[in-house]
Amino acid sequence: MTARRKSPSKPLKKTLPLLILAGPGLLYFLINSYFPMFGVFIAFKDVNYAKGIFGSDWIGFKNFTFLFQTSDAWIMTRNTLLYNLAFIALGTVVSIIIAILMSELLNKLYSKLFMTGLILPNLISMIVLSLLVFAFLNADSGFVNHSILLPLGIPEINWYSEAKYWPYLLVLIQIWKTAGYGSIVYFASIAGIDKSIYESAKIDGAGKLKQIRMITLPLLKPTIIVLVLMSMGRIFNSDFGLFYQVPMNSGALYSTTQTIDTYVYRALMQLNDIGMSAAAGLYQSLVGFALVLTVNAIVKKVNPENALF
Amino acid sequence: MIQTRGERTFTVFSAVVMILLTVFAFLPFLLIVIASFTNETTLIRNGYSFFPEHLSLDAYRYIKSSAYIFIRAYGVSFLVTILGTAIGLLITSMLAYPMSRSDFKYHNTLAFVVFFTMLFSGGVVPSYIMWTQYFHIKNTLWALILPNLLANGFNVLLVRNYFKNNVPLEIIEAAQIDGASELRTFFRIMLPLSMPVMATVGMFMGLAYWNDWINALYFVSKPQLYGIQNLLMQLMSNIQFLNSGQAGNVLGADTVSLPSTAVRMAMAVLGIVPVLFVLPFMQKYLTRGVVIGAVKG
Repeated sequence: MTARRKSPSKPLKKTLPLLILAGPGLLYFLINSYFPMFGVFIAFKDVNYAKGIFGSDWIGFKNFTFLFQTSDAWIMTRNTLLYNLAFIALGTVVSIIIAILMSELLNKLYSKLFMTGLILPNLISMIVLSLLVFAFLNADSGFVNHSILLPLGIPEINWYSEAKYWPYLLVLIQIWKTAGYGSIVYFASIAGIDKSIYESAKIDGAGKLKQIRMITLPLLKPTIIVLVLMSMGRIFNSDFGLFYQVPMNSGALYSTTQTIDTYVYRALMQLNDIGMSAAAGLYQSLVGFALVLTVNAIVKKVNPENALF
Repeated sequence: MIQTRGERTFTVFSAVVMILLTVFAFLPFLLIVIASFTNETTLIRNGYSFFPEHLSLDAYRYIKSSAYIFIRAYGVSFLVTILGTAIGLLITSMLAYPMSRSDFKYHNTLAFVVFFTMLFSGGVVPSYIMWTQYFHIKNTLWALILPNLLANGFNVLLVRNYFKNNVPLEIIEAAQIDGASELRTFFRIMLPLSMPVMATVGMFMGLAYWNDWINALYFVSKPQLYGIQNLLMQLMSNIQFLNSGQAGNVLGADTVSLPSTAVRMAMAVLGIVPVLFVLPFMQKYLTRGVVIGAVKG
């Protein structure tokens, strides 16, 4: 068998059918992913549809100079980074807590029930999520204003025009949506831990909390490190829907809700500023690419098994 | 199993916290379901509440009365979801198959071509210009299907890994010695043996299509092409949309008392219902699928 595998007698006849099978998918990636990569030159052009994309004048780094002269560049970079850091830190902690608690429940039916309930928020669209948030936060009849603040005698808050609340709100919303789903990987890792380790710790007199501290967490460490590092690689990306649709695209909130992704959309579709939008997009792609490479190098050092490439 | 008192306490504690967390995850859904059954006047006067004064079916009656718009949006969503998932799944697995064959000369080249798309992208602007200026997908159904088809190279690698780890090369070689062509091997042997991963990835794709609204935001301005998500979004930003000529004149004159808030919530409920059917399957495959995928891509 092995001898046969090593001597491909008719290479073309063997590879051609497989290439044909791969064809449609390859073609798709070529069009959808690789062609636009060559489109990055748009960031260096003064796009003029009358002259066509290729015919437009080159303007060097002007789009970038303009972009970084505005306060937008600073705000969107700061927001993207800080939100992601908060999501990673809190999300990881909450997910791990859920996973540990869930693995404690001896009854399988219950843990299945809880898991189903906890992943539901992850399955709904950002539009539906923004409606849920609207039900809680709208100024006139929202649940928070009407049913919590009013009875307590606290003045109503106009949530959709007060930028200062949104950092907390968006972090809470994101954790609500993703923590249950995020806990699955940790839950599966805990399920894979050899039960006899716990048994012997018990005989040595270790209580539950001590078992978690001395066994569960150390054994989860590789998973935690890899997942955190991988999300570090995406720290320049943000969920467009969360930052655009959930705050209802409210202009009063831009100072705390604008991220690179929402900026790119607004510059392209609402302000029609193609050059600036392309420049912001390229800035995001390049920094993101550099981050992924860095993170991968670190993962490789920490645990070569888990490196992406 | 013998438990010490400390352990029993901890189990009880876990159960209580888990119940609280699950309730917390669930409450917002309950609130909008109740809101959708609340009388509009009550909703405006008393606000959203878990215990409304007056219940009513007005919102659903309203949706029924202008069913045309909702059925069309549902139709668009279902069509796009089914077509997108079917085509996406087919070309994903067709691409993953040669990648999984270690005896295929270019299997690593293909893997790199797919993987690189996950690392670097040209960004939104070049994609937007390409799809609109060169492929002219603006305001067509293709705008809702094409940009998302294999949007996620991760899915291809997931299927590749499954093929590789679960169907030994020996089976394939045996089939081919018996005279099966590559095409036949793929459709008759690889696919039937790989239904779990096809179900998992198909579910991911289906959910992504069902929940997608961004493609329409970029490429579609005709309300006739709005799926359920974009209709909801439109409703939310402007309840008057239903009355405007844009949405079609089907509504006629009997829209004087528009149950706007409750209708939005009823629409949200209708947008979630199909997702609920996926949930049990999701639960079944998820632990395995996510772990295969997330920890080693």
